[in-house]
Amino acid sequence: MSNATAAAATSPSADAAQSPLARLGAAFVGRLVIIIPYLWLLFFFLIPFIIVFKISLSQTAIAMPPYTPVLDFNGGISGFLDQLKQLSIDNYTWLTEDALYFNAYVTSVIIAAISTLLTLLVGYPIAYGMSRAPATIRPTLLMLVILPFWTSFLIRVYAWIGILKPEGLLNQLLLATGVISQPLIILNTYTAIFIGIVYSYLPFMVLPLYSSLEKMDYSLIEAAKDLGCPPTSAFWKITFPLSLPGVIAGCLLVFIPAVGEFVIPDLLGGSQTLMIGKTLWNEFFANRDWPVSSAVAVILLLLLIVPIMLFQQAQARAQEQGK
Amino acid sequence: MKSLGSIRRDFAPWNDPNAKPYIQFDNVTKKFGDFTAVNNLSLTIFEREFFALLGASGCGKSTLLRMLAGFEEPTAGRILLDGQDLRGIPPYRRPVNMMFQSYALFPHMTVENNIAFGLKQDGMPKPEIAARVAEMLKLVKLEQFAKRKPHQLSGGQRQRVALARSVAKRPKVLLLDEPLGALDKKLREETQFELMDLQQKLGLTFVVVTHDQEEAMTMADRIAILDKGEVMQVATPPEVYEAPASRFVAHFVGNVNMFEGKVAERTAQTTRIAGATGAQIVVENAGDAAAGADIVFAIRPEKIRISSRKPADAVNALEGEVYDIAYLGDMTVYHVRLDDGQMVRASTMNAARVTDDPLSWNDRAWVSFRSDAGVVLTR
Repeated sequence: MSNATAAAATSPSADAAQSPLARLGAAFVGRLVIIIPYLWLLFFFLIPFIIVFKISLSQTAIAMPPYTPVLDFNGGISGFLDQLKQLSIDNYTWLTEDALYFNAYVTSVIIAAISTLLTLLVGYPIAYGMSRAPATIRPTLLMLVILPFWTSFLIRVYAWIGILKPEGLLNQLLLATGVISQPLIILNTYTAIFIGIVYSYLPFMVLPLYSSLEKMDYSLIEAAKDLGCPPTSAFWKITFPLSLPGVIAGCLLVFIPAVGEFVIPDLLGGSQTLMIGKTLWNEFFANRDWPVSSAVAVILLLLLIVPIMLFQQAQARAQEQGK
Repeated sequence: MKSLGSIRRDFAPWNDPNAKPYIQFDNVTKKFGDFTAVNNLSLTIFEREFFALLGASGCGKSTLLRMLAGFEEPTAGRILLDGQDLRGIPPYRRPVNMMFQSYALFPHMTVENNIAFGLKQDGMPKPEIAARVAEMLKLVKLEQFAKRKPHQLSGGQRQRVALARSVAKRPKVLLLDEPLGALDKKLREETQFELMDLQQKLGLTFVVVTHDQEEAMTMADRIAILDKGEVMQVATPPEVYEAPASRFVAHFVGNVNMFEGKVAERTAQTTRIAGATGAQIVVENAGDAAAGADIVFAIRPEKIRISSRKPADAVNALEGEVYDIAYLGDMTVYHVRLDDGQMVRASTMNAARVTDDPLSWNDRAWVSFRSDAGVVLTR
């Protein structure tokens, strides 16, 4: 203490000049770390979203780009304001008037919800088995879950066409073994969409479930049994409630992308499936109606913000509990 | 009449040949692969006894407890509880409850619901559950914490919740796995007495697993000392300390000086021992050691007197040099190197603030002890 004050007294200028600069530098680096993700979000999420939102308020036109008004400052501030006045919420009103969009949203949510539930039903036993496996083989099992990501998503979905089509592998197998006499029609049905989503999104369900099941203290189950609780009942009273953060995380990680899923319903669900991702694609590429498809996208985003916020809340709560 | 003393004067069913054993391990063996955790072990525990399984880690004490709880089945042998063979009975149907070392409190349930968990499993009517939970909370003095979650409690409070949960069902036997292991020293001492009180109050049979000899000595009616899956000795704390059955037990519990030697001469009253390094020791209680047998004479440090002159009346007195002194406040521990090379540890209570016979490092000194101060160990 006395040494430090003595040193400061003998060379006050050096001390004062060095440390605030160094501190400023450290503070800057500290800020930078936070600024980078914010900049990323600004440029690659917020600005594109504002552009899409602006387009959703425009009118379709046979032009390049195919909507009016195109905002620019050629007419000065007053010209810009005039352009702004041309924006309207007509496209949103249009979405409410045509039942097609409402149905597409509802169908998407229902399909996503059912798929999420199915993924949970398939994923939970897998994650549970993994978490109870001997510690030496767990990394291998984890690897096997992640392995499909090494192949292109599109190729894997195409592969399912080969499996599910009337003369596909599945039907050949079932016909050959005599389980069925007529080929099953699976491709181009909702069943195929469910299979596709469950298959594609399974790792997103298994990984959070596994992480919450794996860290669970097994002595809790023993304690439950010790207090008179048979194994099945112990699962529902202890294991499942304690894995809820994982269940919620897994379900949202599957549900959110599944609502807007386009590739799987398009390739496996055939032409008659009505999902919002497909509707959006049609508006954009087939009808070249950028404003309406932008409005569809904005509504979809608002629709998904609710579960995303729920997800974040659940995570925050889990973190607090972890403390 | 001389006695080693006992903690509960009126409670000694193990000395009563007619007493019915409550828990019985009959030649129990437990193997995990090639490793034998428990080796052909037999043990008898009586009703309302506070029984401690004491041993170093890996000695099989926790395995014994887990077999009693039903988490492990014996590879061979049988375990009887109140006359009933426990083989094949799953843990959730056994009338025993366990307090886990990690406490294993359900993190998603309140204190109240943790305690009520076992009662609900039994289908006890709700008002009765509420009454029992309230009673348990009162017993462990946690009434105002009923609505808290385990992570909002301190370590000591969690320990008490775990205790309340495990006794709430009034089990025939309460198993405690290192119950005080996670507490700090002061809290541990307090809790030891609380546990003993609780056991008296509820009249339950307690089986506690511990590696802490002080804990076992303080709480237990009898202690089983285990090593490598086998019982070394089962006895009351004073017996374990004053009459250890083997070198292992003498060494494991407390501090001890050991003199290797042979029985040189046996008379009706006394036995003379010729130490391997030359010391001649006369003892009264040589047990069944025959003349000429290789034995170990074991004596506790506090039973050895240390002085600068040879005491005139001493039966056994050995000369040496003070090698080390540790002043601990309540007592002083001397390490004396005898002239034959043997190191002896002697501790003296500092009963008075001043001493007439101060000793310092490298002083010549005599260590002396009575002829009944130590024990002769043949094993």
